[in-house]
Amino acid sequence: MPRRAGLGGAALALAWTAAVLTAAVQDAAAQGIDYDFSGRVRLETRWYPQAGTFPGQRRQASGVAAEPEFYFENARGSSFTLTPFFRYDSADTSRTHFDLREAYLLMFGQIGDGEWELRLGIDRVFWGTAESRHLVDIVNQTDLIEHPDEEDKLGQPMAHLTWSGDWGVAEVFGLPYHRARSLPGPRGRLRYPLAYDTEDVLYESPAKQWHFDVAGRYSHSLGPLDFGVSVFNGTSREPFLLPGADSTGDPALLSYYEQIHQWGVDAQVTLDAWALKLEAIHRSGARNLRGVDQDYAALVGGFEYTFFSVWGTAADVSLLGEWNYDGRGRDATTAFDNDVFVATRWAPNDIQGTELLAGIMFDARRASRVMTLEFNRRITDRWSMSVESVALPGVDASDILYPTRRDSFFEFSLFYNF
Amino acid sequence: MIHVRSQRLSSSFWALSLVLGASLAFSPPAPGQDAEARGLEIAQEARARGEGFGDFMARQTMVLRNREGQESRRELRLQVLEVPGDGNKSLFVFDEPRDVAGTALLIFSHREDDDEQWLYLPALERVRRISSSNQSGSFLGSEFAYEDMGTPEVEKFTYRYLRDDACGEFTCTVTERVPTNTRSGYSRQEVWQDADELRVWRVDYYDRKGDHLKTLTMSDYQQYLDRYWQAGEMTMVNHVTGKSTVLTWMDLQFRNDLDENDFTRTGLRRAR
Repeated sequence: MPRRAGLGGAALALAWTAAVLTAAVQDAAAQGIDYDFSGRVRLETRWYPQAGTFPGQRRQASGVAAEPEFYFENARGSSFTLTPFFRYDSADTSRTHFDLREAYLLMFGQIGDGEWELRLGIDRVFWGTAESRHLVDIVNQTDLIEHPDEEDKLGQPMAHLTWSGDWGVAEVFGLPYHRARSLPGPRGRLRYPLAYDTEDVLYESPAKQWHFDVAGRYSHSLGPLDFGVSVFNGTSREPFLLPGADSTGDPALLSYYEQIHQWGVDAQVTLDAWALKLEAIHRSGARNLRGVDQDYAALVGGFEYTFFSVWGTAADVSLLGEWNYDGRGRDATTAFDNDVFVATRWAPNDIQGTELLAGIMFDARRASRVMTLEFNRRITDRWSMSVESVALPGVDASDILYPTRRDSFFEFSLFYNF
Repeated sequence: MIHVRSQRLSSSFWALSLVLGASLAFSPPAPGQDAEARGLEIAQEARARGEGFGDFMARQTMVLRNREGQESRRELRLQVLEVPGDGNKSLFVFDEPRDVAGTALLIFSHREDDDEQWLYLPALERVRRISSSNQSGSFLGSEFAYEDMGTPEVEKFTYRYLRDDACGEFTCTVTERVPTNTRSGYSRQEVWQDADELRVWRVDYYDRKGDHLKTLTMSDYQQYLDRYWQAGEMTMVNHVTGKSTVLTWMDLQFRNDLDENDFTRTGLRRAR
């Protein structure tokens, strides 16, 4: 089972994995099994222009992350994929972590006029269409410590069965184990005043992290419309944070995971240069910000409009607008209670694959603003780079983001892709 | 996070210019026949000869060169399923450059309706529907635009036979075709086809201002299944920028028993 380990443990695990895999690759080659080795290594440095709000927080963090992928396939097309992930971070010991992103067996075949597919093991699944927030996506836990944009996910143990045909795609998920969200350590930025206690995680279910969660999704494509309807029943992926004490008696924030039931829909209509997007959920069983059980609905919806080949150049420029709404209002446990996101994407379509995405999230109820920037560019066929920034030019004192108001950052990354 | 220029991976192509001809003799047009009718007849005959291929799989390499001679490589695999009476289904998987390895593009092209396209981004495990209205954009940063990559559907042009002209060892008909799609980056194209097999040997592309923008030349034609012709090498030269792209076909195999299940959104994630 994947879990966070110390640096030494992770290095040992990595070395062990490499040794086993080297042997496995040689064995596979001898047996006529196809294999493939790919992945990337990332050098990263992050700089926070402002000193931290809380003592001990660093202004600069550097590190290295590796995500190799080992792939084995037999003559019938069945395969095994193994994708370990490791990060070392100079500032935050919690951010130094190891995870198995993927370790699954994949089988598929025909059934009637359609097809079945089974994935057994640890895998990642993504649902959704929106840019500013991934609301419907719930199968995998967020690896929040990687990036506050919540796009990095921890590997999730699962049995994932898919049945597809010209009537659509039906999927069922059995999820036997819950992964707790990764959270920053005491020296890390982007956190609350109290340190997180990630050792003792609290669960509503007496089965704790071993509660068997289930999920299902039906999706289809009809002309310009792509849509999905999903349901989830089990342990919430979003921790309710409550003040308490850690095992040494120091004050700490404890993570508590409720049993929830969630319905979701996600849809996109693609017409010419327009993409209209919607994600909506209804969730019951979760606590609101005041710690009271409250059923609620939330949505994110909007558009992306692209000007192709602008001004006679090869470049595309897109404009994005999305509205985030949470029916709990001030009692919402996320920052997306009533927020408007506007952004622009610029893609010159050059050999280097350059892309820039710059956006601002406006809080409609408060004076809060969050600006985001992502820039990616290939340097050679193997090397690439990215610049990312999250800027918080104004965070209202009543905002859930207020403790992170001094945590604007710039991040530069260099990738080696193989 | 590595992002793919998803907007640019949108297009209406179904197969990278699979120039399918046939070994049937093409009857020469009657003298005095008007130029429009003759141009259309050549295009219709070329399409008829390309029909019935079933499916194929191939690998492609693109070498992109700029004016200074610096090179960049693209490697991809593709598979195409013929859908009788409609456009085809195509699946492209990118191998190089490595930062976009595993990215897969699924296209359902249609003769009448807009094409449908989905892009799979492995870094995000995300299958995303993308717009097909981007005709004149560059494919993977190359000198090939999306509209150059697709088989030119007969219905999407008007035609005019211009003249006969020498092309290498052959005598070619030179036909002008004008895109009916207002999103096209071209005002017109001139197509050189040999009279016997209707293989395309050269295409001149004129931009919206009417200037000669690019020239495509084909070479190394091979015949498959005793019927279908495919160029082994396609070179696109941009006369304005001085850049060029050489596209090489490899391991082209027909009739692999592919069916609709090999072209699904679920299958995109497995494409690798």
